Amino acid sequence: MYHYTEFDADFLAQRNAQFRAQVERRIDGSLTEDEFKPLRLMNGLYLQLHAYMLRVAIPYGTLNSRQMDQLAMIAEKWDKGYGHFTTRQNIQYNWPELRDVPDMLDALAEVNMHAIQTSGNTIRNVTADHFAGAAADEVADPRPVAELIRQWSTDHPEFQFLPRKFKVAVTGAAADRAVIKAHDIGLRIVERDGAIGYEVIVGGGLGRTPMIGKVLYDFVAEEDLLPTLEAIVSVYNLLGRRDNKYKARIKITVHENGIDDIRARVDERYALIRPQFTGVDQQMLARIKADFAAPEFKVGDEAPYRSAYQNDAMFRSWADTNLSAHRAPGYAIVSISLKAHGKTPGDASARQMRLMAALARRYGHDELRISHEQNVILPHVHKSDLPSVFSALRAEGLGTANIGLISDIIACPGMDYCALATARSIPIAQEIATRFDELKLEHDVGPLKIKISGCINACGHHHVGHIGILGLDRAGVENYQITLGGDGTEDAAIGTRAGPGFSADEIIPAVERLVLAYLDLRSEPAETFLQTYRRLGMAPFKAALYPDAETKDRADAA
Amino acid sequence: MPKPFTPKVMTANALLEGDVIYMTATGWTRHLEEAEVLTDEADADLRLIEAQSQPGSVVGAYLAEVTVQDGVPHPTHFREDFRATGPSNYHHGKQAAATEERF
Repeated sequence: MYHYTEFDADFLAQRNAQFRAQVERRIDGSLTEDEFKPLRLMNGLYLQLHAYMLRVAIPYGTLNSRQMDQLAMIAEKWDKGYGHFTTRQNIQYNWPELRDVPDMLDALAEVNMHAIQTSGNTIRNVTADHFAGAAADEVADPRPVAELIRQWSTDHPEFQFLPRKFKVAVTGAAADRAVIKAHDIGLRIVERDGAIGYEVIVGGGLGRTPMIGKVLYDFVAEEDLLPTLEAIVSVYNLLGRRDNKYKARIKITVHENGIDDIRARVDERYALIRPQFTGVDQQMLARIKADFAAPEFKVGDEAPYRSAYQNDAMFRSWADTNLSAHRAPGYAIVSISLKAHGKTPGDASARQMRLMAALARRYGHDELRISHEQNVILPHVHKSDLPSVFSALRAEGLGTANIGLISDIIACPGMDYCALATARSIPIAQEIATRFDELKLEHDVGPLKIKISGCINACGHHHVGHIGILGLDRAGVENYQITLGGDGTEDAAIGTRAGPGFSADEIIPAVERLVLAYLDLRSEPAETFLQTYRRLGMAPFKAALYPDAETKDRADAA
Repeated sequence: MPKPFTPKVMTANALLEGDVIYMTATGWTRHLEEAEVLTDEADADLRLIEAQSQPGSVVGAYLAEVTVQDGVPHPTHFREDFRATGPSNYHHGKQAAATEERF
């Protein structure tokens, strides 16, 4: 874990004091809402459909148990006893009251957390692979550089009023678990001739104009990364479209100017600013890397794990879906599902948060991660402890064995909470999960990612869902469009729209038809939904989605 | 030809709690059924000005479309329906408040 310095603590204290005064001035009438709104947004405070919403950053998704306990305390004391983990590794509180928010921010600062730059046209919370520091396939831990970028971007005077929000994601492995190709800047740590460097991808993004990012540089040396990032964001700051918010993201800038033109401009800017980076950033990075040193892994007997795996079918099912390969012998990465069938994706009660914190303390070297898929990770658990961990999780409704399966759905808050949404997401996710639990098909279907957004802004990542669902308002009625073939991994792809949308009543049966069609179409049980779609294309799935249309086409042709 | 004016209610969020609120003839309520139904465009414009002149207590005032059945306003759009009732996934917000206040 990165350890905050006295400077960091002072910075947060001053920032919170400043915001407390601004809240007081809003309440006593000294500030109008127009004056206050940009100030509250700079501190992560939105006004949503039913209440205020406070978005708290969890930088690169990393937490310790003390921080998780504090998030639980805040949920109980100032909210309604739960928090919502988001696709950008944040936690959102859906029900705070305005005069409590400064106290909430102070409570966060006590554990080195904050809500700075979780809103606004600035560099947002830097996200990373949720298996960082633990994954067996990792070249290097992405969190130190993510922390360096956090420090560089926080209150960076040049980048507080960018044309639009700006999102950076980092992965340290070839397998992309951070969706780096759908970010404004995606960084992949690579190794060349024994040296660590970065592949730099720019111009990815979802929303109304989804685009896969393009490689700007295939290798940037570690000491050149920060000036390269500064040059990219500077070029975007000047060139980005401020005349039209729908064309303001860097993906449009890259698209309109071309990657070669952007590269030439970044090169030019880089040459100008490079001398300003005198190596202090590398000294900071070295200190940060030391903070992220791996824990001392224990050596233990794996017999309890093997015994449970052989004798307990529920444990075996959970182990098969919720464990991932760890780089240390005898260890596993545990993904805790926040997707119990019928529950709200990404929500955790204060009690559940406390349990996860306790498990991290006792069995997990005091580390937790939040995944962009709205689950919680215990990155370092010795296999001998897994039966105990599973038993404790089950007791609190956290033992669902569905990671990567059909009910492990990403869903944005949708119109149940979000002022921007055009339809609801949560009930659709709940109903799909419940339906496939009833059908007992989930494990037979295998890996399948459904992602649901309640509006075109695509916070639910529907464009990169194997099955994507986009909720829209069609003439005052909720309507859901389906896209197929999206992929958020290193083989990133934007899904293709299948056809006309479905009403709220029709969407669950439509998804069921789609999945049952896949079971008929796959060449063998090991062929995943995405592989089947890539092999056969849209046509057979479209026929399953729109059986009446097919009948109508045949009738028309006759 | 100008579109005929359809019934509306004045709605906003409360400054301190963020709750959805509706204007009555004498103040604000958290219950849509108690809202004043505005059937005259000039009255609605005046009410909007009145609401917007209360920045110390309300945020984001606007006129929302309703239909009136038995004298009670009902939302015409599902967004306003959710605002009036609370979220789908929890018994929170309006639903919980209604339970607390009435039972």
